[in-house]
Amino acid sequence: MLIRVTEEVLRPEEATAAVESPGAGAIGLFLGVVRDNNKGRRVAYLEYDAYPSMAEKVMREIAEEARDRFGLIDCAVLHRTGRLEIGETSLLIAVSCGHRAASFEGGHWLVDEIKKRVPVWKKEVWEDGEEWIEGPESLGMQAPASMR
Amino acid sequence: MEITVLLFASVAEAAGARRLQLPIEHGDTVATVRDRLLAERPALARFAPNLLYALDEEYVDTAAPVHAGATLALIPPVSGG
Repeated sequence: MLIRVTEEVLRPEEATAAVESPGAGAIGLFLGVVRDNNKGRRVAYLEYDAYPSMAEKVMREIAEEARDRFGLIDCAVLHRTGRLEIGETSLLIAVSCGHRAASFEGGHWLVDEIKKRVPVWKKEVWEDGEEWIEGPESLGMQAPASMR
Repeated sequence: MEITVLLFASVAEAAGARRLQLPIEHGDTVATVRDRLLAERPALARFAPNLLYALDEEYVDTAAPVHAGATLALIPPVSGG
């Protein structure tokens, strides 16, 4: 499994090559890209912070769970950090599997889980200000009392 | 006895630091260390309601004991992707 947190540009062909397998009938590819607007505000660029070693550890746990749950042959999960311009790729996921259904379902599940618990944060920078985003789906917004 | 505390994103900006060394005492837990840290740095108090904690890269309950040399990360709500 290819798991990486990096400041370098993410290249889809690297992720698909990493999951290729003779037994694969489908490869699913997902790119999370930087949008120029959010909640009606014009976004100039995003700044990503991360706890890289833990982020890679949690990404690997999620990828292993996805593999077992959806019967994937292999997955690649890469997240970029630092300053990202509009249109650049922040999250790159590739999954390979025997048949197409698992590529969509497994990929969808992976993105949802990454947004819940991988320690990565984005700051939106606007023309006239900036704000660290708190993910509405994040574990931090819905964790049990024992974790507070 | 000391631990390393890691701060990120909004919390790091408010603290003006990404890494702190904190003394610990016998019997300390994530919660007791957190409470002392917030008392020393009131600027961090507003983040407390939504913070999670990772001890040596693992999400933990705040009752978890901390040991000398551990790394405690304060994790504000994540927003990757």
